[in-house]
Amino acid sequence: MHFVVCIKQVPEGTEVDIDPETGVLRREGADAKLNVYDTHALEAAVRLKEELGGTVTAVSMGPPQAEAVLREALMLGADSGYLLSDRVFAGADTLATSYTLAEAIRRLPPFDVIFCGMQTTDGDTAQVGPGIAELLNIPHVSYVTRIREMRAGAIAVDADTGYGIQTLRVKLPCLVTVTRAANQPRLPSYRLKQRTKDQPVTVWTSRHLAGADRSRFGLRGSPTQVERIFPPDRPTTRQMLAGTPDELSAGLIDRLREWRFL
Amino acid sequence: MSTIRVDVSRCTLCGECVAACPFDAVEIVQGALHFTEACRLCRICIRRCPQEALALEERPREHTERGTYRDVLIFAEQHEGHVHPVTYELIGKGLELARELGQKLHVVLIGSGVRVQADHLLAYGPATVYVFDHPDLRWFRIEPYTRAVVRVAQEIRPNIMLLGATPIGRSLAPRIAARLGTGLTADCTSLSVKPNGDLVQTRPAFGGNVMAQIVTPGHRPQMATIRYKVMAPARPVQAAPGRVVELLCDEDLLRTDIEVLGFTPYELDRGIEEADVIVAAGRGIGRAEGLALIGQLAELLGGAVGVTRPLVEQGWADHRQQVGMSGRTVRPRLYIACGISGAVQHVAGMRGAEHIVAINTDPEAPIFDVAHLGLVGDLYEIVPKLIDDLKEGAALHGLP
Ligand SMILES: Cc1cc2nc3c(=O)[nH]c(=O)nc-3n(C[C@H](O)[C@H](O)[C@H](O)COP(=O)(O)OP(=O)(O)OC[C@H]3O[C@@H](n4cnc5c(N)ncnc54)[C@H](O)[C@@H]3O)c2cc1C
Ligand SMILES: Cc1cc2nc3c(=O)[nH]c(=O)nc-3n(C[C@H](O)[C@H](O)[C@H](O)COP(=O)(O)OP(=O)(O)OC[C@H]3O[C@@H](n4cnc5c(N)ncnc54)[C@H](O)[C@@H]3O)c2cc1C
Repeated sequence: MHFVVCIKQVPEGTEVDIDPETGVLRREGADAKLNVYDTHALEAAVRLKEELGGTVTAVSMGPPQAEAVLREALMLGADSGYLLSDRVFAGADTLATSYTLAEAIRRLPPFDVIFCGMQTTDGDTAQVGPGIAELLNIPHVSYVTRIREMRAGAIAVDADTGYGIQTLRVKLPCLVTVTRAANQPRLPSYRLKQRTKDQPVTVWTSRHLAGADRSRFGLRGSPTQVERIFPPDRPTTRQMLAGTPDELSAGLIDRLREWRFL
Repeated sequence: MSTIRVDVSRCTLCGECVAACPFDAVEIVQGALHFTEACRLCRICIRRCPQEALALEERPREHTERGTYRDVLIFAEQHEGHVHPVTYELIGKGLELARELGQKLHVVLIGSGVRVQADHLLAYGPATVYVFDHPDLRWFRIEPYTRAVVRVAQEIRPNIMLLGATPIGRSLAPRIAARLGTGLTADCTSLSVKPNGDLVQTRPAFGGNVMAQIVTPGHRPQMATIRYKVMAPARPVQAAPGRVVELLCDEDLLRTDIEVLGFTPYELDRGIEEADVIVAAGRGIGRAEGLALIGQLAELLGGAVGVTRPLVEQGWADHRQQVGMSGRTVRPRLYIACGISGAVQHVAGMRGAEHIVAINTDPEAPIFDVAHLGLVGDLYEIVPKLIDDLKEGAALHGLP
């Protein structure tokens, strides 16, 4: 069995700053970490490997510093790590990100299941996983809350549809995106930390993806374009009401209408 | 024609490109990079940029064909014959955009036995409701649903395509976008059109700490998922001249590698973290019975009941209902704090709520510092009145 896990390095916390003068996003100084949903994706893959045998490959696209999250993946049970890092990959929207990851995964040994996190804590779109599945022409299931079993060329999972939990059997190969309910990720083990500390992470640039369409990488390959970034309009319009219960109730109901609860 | 494209989420306006440009073609104007006519596309700036925020953009072929894409297409999500309410919000927004562009709105509906719902949707004013109605389409499965929407999209070539940012919409939309090779903006909270027809999509990112304004200038359709309960829902129109078009569900469309083994619907009470609305009670309720009143209000608003720690310590409420530092962190769309002082340990668990209302007798209570709307008064006078008014309103308008 070969399990591929896509992992992303994200800023620690979501407290990013916007320079009020220039509208520039200030991300410096923010510590980076492994996207928390991806720890659940990794855990799901490692558990299946422990049960059924096989290997787990972690893949991340990002700047050279993103090697750190691949090292972390090794400590959490991945067998090898691939960092896709190249200036031409930079500035990718979700379509270009999906394309680059899909092109890399095509060049790995054949896989059975690709695991992604449900979403990231920075971009927060949940779009990359389904995009990879489409580009590799395999089925996908988003919002998996439980991995039931894998046998006879299929994996059975529970998934959140917003209305309830669907139990599905999906033929392999396939892609799933994993919620935090799916498992309790383990902590990095000292033993694995020692064993993997000299293990190299493979770095792939666009040259390693020979045959791929370079115009579909990075900023150039991104149909969406972020035009402007600005701080949210927090409802600073604080309002205090005093009066009779009738007036207060009416005042609140007005606001509930305005906020579309009624 | 090519241009240099700037990723504003990475650009720090450091000025390296300005200094590096041999043609003096880069300027910083009003906090943004600007490339003048002098630019020779030599790409030195791209190589120099320490943030990797620049790229050469060859205007894609589609750009010239943009004008051939017309109309707005929306996906009507349904579950067991119930149309998801976000659908009416998409229709409302879609009609507004279509009107502005002088174009039409179409709807695609997929399911089993959903012809009735198609007729019902027609009453909201779309030009066409395309229906795929087949027993195999009862459950959402990604491959047939993607094919169905893509068939309609390829047939009508919409300029704009909208889906709800629900779990199903967020699974389906990126797959469709990747198949059509176009851009998709996630979870939008605002949409408008520029005079040139470009859709301006605004969305929160970084857990709501940043708003991003996004366009899809060179590709069509312009796709977005829209957050539920942000846009105003459409209302039925007087004369609805549209039509329902039933489309063929052939084997090719229905093919799938996913088998549905079972489905367990959610119970209504899903715990406070999941709730859209939380009505929370603090020590100001004075007695355990007060919680029944809070529960009534929560029920009327379709929400859950949260509490402060002292109520759990008193044994009046379950610890799973506790909001705060040593309880749950919640992020509902609406949080109504009744008789809560607003201690930091409590506020830590609820300050992320989108709309905060506080009811407290003490006008100096710190909870009013985080509330968007503060009602100064006795909760035992205000809440019963509110419950009466909501019930009356519901009876008048047939609201839930
Ligand atoms: C403020 C802001 C708003 C944005 N809005 C949009 C938008 O609306 N539409 C759009 O197309 N782009 C958008 N982007 C760009 C987007 O954030 C990037 O494309 C990013 O590389 C991937 O998107 P995500 O973080 O949302 O990932 P998600 O789609 O939320 O990630 C889901 C899963 O995919 C995998 N994954 C994601 N990225 C990587 C990676 N680099 N390496 C390995 N695995 C990965 C992980 O398993 C992850 O858990 C935005 C960027 C910013 C800064
Ligand atoms: C380590 C630590 C962790 C903690 N974790 C949590 C936590 O997770 N969650 C939590 O909630 N607390 C937590 N606390 C406790 C916290 O410090 C406060 O003591 C608690 O939040 C106060 O609860 P309260 O607002 O209900 O009560 P009070 O502070 O007693 O406030 C009651 C309020 O009700 C108002 N009032 C009275 N009568 C009425 C009326 N008839 N109508 C309207 N208003 C009225 C009063 O004006 C007052 O403001 C923690 C404390 C510590 C030390």
